[in-house]
Amino acid sequence: MPINAIDNAAKRGVLSIQEYAVLSARAIGGLFRKPRYLGDIFTQADIIGVGSLPIVVLTGFFTGGVLALQSASSLEQFGATAITGQLVSLSMIKELGPVLTSLMVSGRNASGMASELGSMMVTEQIDAMRALGTDPMKKLVGPRVIATIIMLFFLTILSDTVGTMGGAFVAVFMLGQDGSQYFHTAYQTLQYPDIFQGLVKPLFFGFIISTIGCFYGMTTRGGTQGVGRSTTQAVVVSSVLIIAVDFVISRFMIGLFGR
Amino acid sequence: MTTAPVVHHEMSRQEGDNPVVVFEHVSIGFEGKAILKDISFAVHPGETRMLLGPAGGGKSVLLKLVDGLIRPDEGRIFVFGKEVSSMPERELLQLRASIGMVFQEGALFDSLTVGDNVAYRLIESHVSQDEIDKRVLEALRFVELEQTVAKFPSQLSGGMRRRVAIARAIIGKPDLLLYDSPTGGLDPITSTNIIELVMKQRDVYHTSSLLITHRLQDAFTLATNQFNQETNHMEPIEGKGGDLNTSFLILNNGNLVFDGSTHELVTSDDPFIQDYLR
Repeated sequence: MPINAIDNAAKRGVLSIQEYAVLSARAIGGLFRKPRYLGDIFTQADIIGVGSLPIVVLTGFFTGGVLALQSASSLEQFGATAITGQLVSLSMIKELGPVLTSLMVSGRNASGMASELGSMMVTEQIDAMRALGTDPMKKLVGPRVIATIIMLFFLTILSDTVGTMGGAFVAVFMLGQDGSQYFHTAYQTLQYPDIFQGLVKPLFFGFIISTIGCFYGMTTRGGTQGVGRSTTQAVVVSSVLIIAVDFVISRFMIGLFGR
Repeated sequence: MTTAPVVHHEMSRQEGDNPVVVFEHVSIGFEGKAILKDISFAVHPGETRMLLGPAGGGKSVLLKLVDGLIRPDEGRIFVFGKEVSSMPERELLQLRASIGMVFQEGALFDSLTVGDNVAYRLIESHVSQDEIDKRVLEALRFVELEQTVAKFPSQLSGGMRRRVAIARAIIGKPDLLLYDSPTGGLDPITSTNIIELVMKQRDVYHTSSLLITHRLQDAFTLATNQFNQETNHMEPIEGKGGDLNTSFLILNNGNLVFDGSTHELVTSDDPFIQDYLR
């Protein structure tokens, strides 16, 4: 019966949202209770943060570069190529830095978390952990959430910097613009609300990446096929959520600061 | 916390000993399908109860219910007199310090060495490194695998992984051991070695246990043999009754169809049991 299928799908959807909310709440609640797994937080920070450095640097540099390239060709029509630096820095810091960095980290780490925890689920290692008296929410989920939020914040700053440098590289060496003018306009146009907006976003995106990755990992069923399914779903859902939440935060920030 | 009622059980034992595990009319189902229906039984101190039955009959689910890893839809479960079926996870984590569980495929943490796997519970409890080293060696020596301490689970055979899982389960000196098919998928010689280890734990430390097995041969080996500490090997128990503290539970289609001693099992006139034992 089609109506039954719709009914069941709706129930599964609501149940998933409920389970995700419970996982997120327990992960946050666990931060305030002992034991605290500092060692695991550093390990995850190394895997998530240091491990993501190459892709974040490369993505940031080329995004800044292509932004300069595209902006300059459009601005040329109005004789306004002098503000290339302004366009690159504003776009990178407010939008592209946080969003692209998060999407890169999501592709690398939400999938990694879902597959690692999913494999542990299907081989009963999570049950074994509970049977040995350890709360997997505190041992596995908590450190991943904290590490992702902190490292994504710094990765975004790095991406913004490298992106602006990439734009400068293209502007100076390929378009023949003046370097000091580029950096001057890039710096002059920035205001605190822009930087605030750009640095608040990775905090939300880090939470989304880690909780979605852990949620799909911890709810994996059905052997290796299930692990593959969880991994794909984690990347798809976290990427879509990042873009959707980016819209909401941007709208809120523009409403709040007027830019 | 509710106190466990003493459930009558047809076995010879000292009067007044409280059951370690009590199931009271426990039922559970998944996705609308009943897995266990109205299950009631008890495990007394020092007792080894073997759980038999066709595959997919809910045996592993029952074991996870004992450890509080899943909760029943109906009924109550008591472990050490405490009701685990309604206990918060935080209290369950503490209670599990007294329970050792051996999972079907070992469930060793593949990112940790054998030594760290066995020591896991002690590391989490912040026991001193000297004490950890001593007890890990002791536990690995019990399963005769002390030479594997620095290896990773992927470097071990299936039988060795099960033995490491047993070492991990007994390192905390638990009062209750749960074995989920410790011999499943192993060759007969390795299976007998594992059963000998279970017997050693039963006869040397007198730990109460619940053991799932698909191999009737293993079940009867455990019921009719005892561990000789002098020869470090098992030997047959004289007489027909076998080990008095070892008894059987049989599950079929989610129902408990047998609860009794070895003698009662082999003399049962129930057609299903006769067919199952054949």
